[in-house]
Amino acid sequence: MHGRSLLQNLTLAALLAFGLTACSKSEPPKAAAPAAAPAPAAKVEPLKIGFIYVGPVGDAGWTYAHDLGRKAVEAKFGDKVKTTYVEKVAEGPDAERVIRDLVAQGNKLIFATSFGFGDSMEKVAKDHPEVFFEHATGFKTAPNLRNYEGRFYEASYVAGVLAGMMTKSNVIGFVGSFPIPEVLRNINAFTLGARSTNPKVKTKVVWVNAWFDPSKETEAAQSLINGGADVLLQNTDSTAVLQTAEKNGKYAFGWDSDMSAFAPKAHLGSAALDWSGYYVKATGDVLGKTWKSQDTRWGIKEGLTTFVKVNEAIPAAAKAKVDEAKAFLVANPGAVFRGPIKDSTGKEVLAAGAVGDDKFKGEMNFYVEGVEGKVPAGK
Amino acid sequence: MNETALLIAATLAAGTPLALAGLGLLVNERAGVVNLGAEGMMAIAAVTGFAAAFHTGNDWVGFAAGAAAGAAAASLFGWLALWLYTNQYATGLALSLFGGGFSAFVGTGYVGRKLEQSAGVGIPGLRDVPFLGPALFRQHPMVYVAIAIMAAMAWFFYRTRAGLVLRSVGESPESAHALGYPVRQIRMGAVLVGGALCGVSGAYLSITYAPMWVEGMIAGRGWIALALTVFATWRPGRVLLGAYLFGGVTMLQFHLQAQGLQLPSQFMSMLPYLSTIFVLVLISRDPLWIRLNMPASLGKTFHPGA
Repeated sequence: MHGRSLLQNLTLAALLAFGLTACSKSEPPKAAAPAAAPAPAAKVEPLKIGFIYVGPVGDAGWTYAHDLGRKAVEAKFGDKVKTTYVEKVAEGPDAERVIRDLVAQGNKLIFATSFGFGDSMEKVAKDHPEVFFEHATGFKTAPNLRNYEGRFYEASYVAGVLAGMMTKSNVIGFVGSFPIPEVLRNINAFTLGARSTNPKVKTKVVWVNAWFDPSKETEAAQSLINGGADVLLQNTDSTAVLQTAEKNGKYAFGWDSDMSAFAPKAHLGSAALDWSGYYVKATGDVLGKTWKSQDTRWGIKEGLTTFVKVNEAIPAAAKAKVDEAKAFLVANPGAVFRGPIKDSTGKEVLAAGAVGDDKFKGEMNFYVEGVEGKVPAGK
Repeated sequence: MNETALLIAATLAAGTPLALAGLGLLVNERAGVVNLGAEGMMAIAAVTGFAAAFHTGNDWVGFAAGAAAGAAAASLFGWLALWLYTNQYATGLALSLFGGGFSAFVGTGYVGRKLEQSAGVGIPGLRDVPFLGPALFRQHPMVYVAIAIMAAMAWFFYRTRAGLVLRSVGESPESAHALGYPVRQIRMGAVLVGGALCGVSGAYLSITYAPMWVEGMIAGRGWIALALTVFATWRPGRVLLGAYLFGGVTMLQFHLQAQGLQLPSQFMSMLPYLSTIFVLVLISRDPLWIRLNMPASLGKTFHPGA
């Protein structure tokens, strides 16, 4: 027994030795290949671009949309750029480490695609003036740091216009993630849109305190439907709300990307995001040496925020209203919040004729008239 | 009135995954084994069940696959903790972390895929009874399965010899061993049943409740199920009640929000946890009751040779 296993060991060793020689034999041609490559030379080093994602690229929502943008940059610039991404980076101290790592790897343009990466990015930007930094949904700028965001609320407004036409109960519902200005803008825009076509509409809001929890989103959507809402929109990232509406024979919208496949009957349209235009522009800015620090807000006009896949089954009049609302926002970017606007307590927050500016939108902490209840953690 | 019925219906649906997992964990804890890997087993089962249901188009194949995956994950835990004498708590934690990562890894191809919902939900004849129909009899079959499992488990624990042996292994493995019972095999069996039920729970979440697969979708429900077994003082009926209570308060807080109640939603998010702990502590504050019901060798490694 012992002898045989010794024999086996010897055989194994022999095989290994043979394998190693085989490997070393096959090596020379391999080594020759790279040696030949530099001959044409004079090739420009590609611009290295790093992306930091908060979720997995396969989330079918927020991060997925950003990654499509990254691919668009590769398709557009080919071998002039080299992109890498790091997915599922936690917001907070980890992000700083990842950003520094990307800088150390020679990336000269870095996109951070979540609000919570802002502070880390600002710190690293200070230490590396030779690198360009771009922060999605942020608000800070520095000589080498700028931010970009979509006017998501424009799509929410268009969804509202359609919801106002489609509701039978005159109650529409919104599944909110966290009560922050970005989300409140969507709730308010949705409500303003709905009331522009149907002044009787009331909006019910349920908060799940999560960006992504399909079970909770299902529960929230179900309780809105139980409470009488028959058209739902959400600021959470899964398809759960849409699928719950389908199950209950109600209407809902897709969010972040085209979700029509998940609920053929319930799906009225999707408030989708297309970052590729901005990423191509930003890369072009760096390559063409025209990059300058600024705030960018793109909406339906620029194609970053879109409202796609309007359900074929809806009445022509409703479809016309959607097109009208889209055309209006193309002509008047961001003009969702135009006076007079009252908050849910009846106080006027925007006078007649006034249009909400960036400060008004950036600090939004109230519900407009027509939304039931009070903003949680009320200030 | 109609809204109350819908609220009850939603409560049963929301409590079911917790009840299934909690009852499963109860079995292995009654045999003296703490498996903190619930979250990981549920995640692995959720993706396996989803994949099986996706490819076969049959939910029940999905549930079976989920149970098998949960049991497979549990067998890994059982082998480590029972045969290699690793610390149960550390091994369970490791399984929980492993399951989260592993499920995300194997599940990438299933994110954002749509599952066809099979219809035919509810009990014919009873589903149209006013109030009771919409409240109780239009549920997914798994809701009734959970109740049946609870009843079967209570009968098994307290009315059968096998149940008595299982409990004695949890109370005093040395005595059971001295009497000639194969302690480790019995414990392994309990661990497998626990894993299988956690698996069904995970599959219920991904196939029926959400219904979708996405990384991290268990979202702490495994931990809640673990806590439920403790607060329910290891009694099957109380695990079920605790699960419904948790589901009920979760749905109630959404319901109240939809009614426009003026309470911070962050506070309401705490309510299910607070109220479940409060009620279960209240009904089990008798120290004698806890001593009588807590398996005495819970979490302790058993060396048959020693």
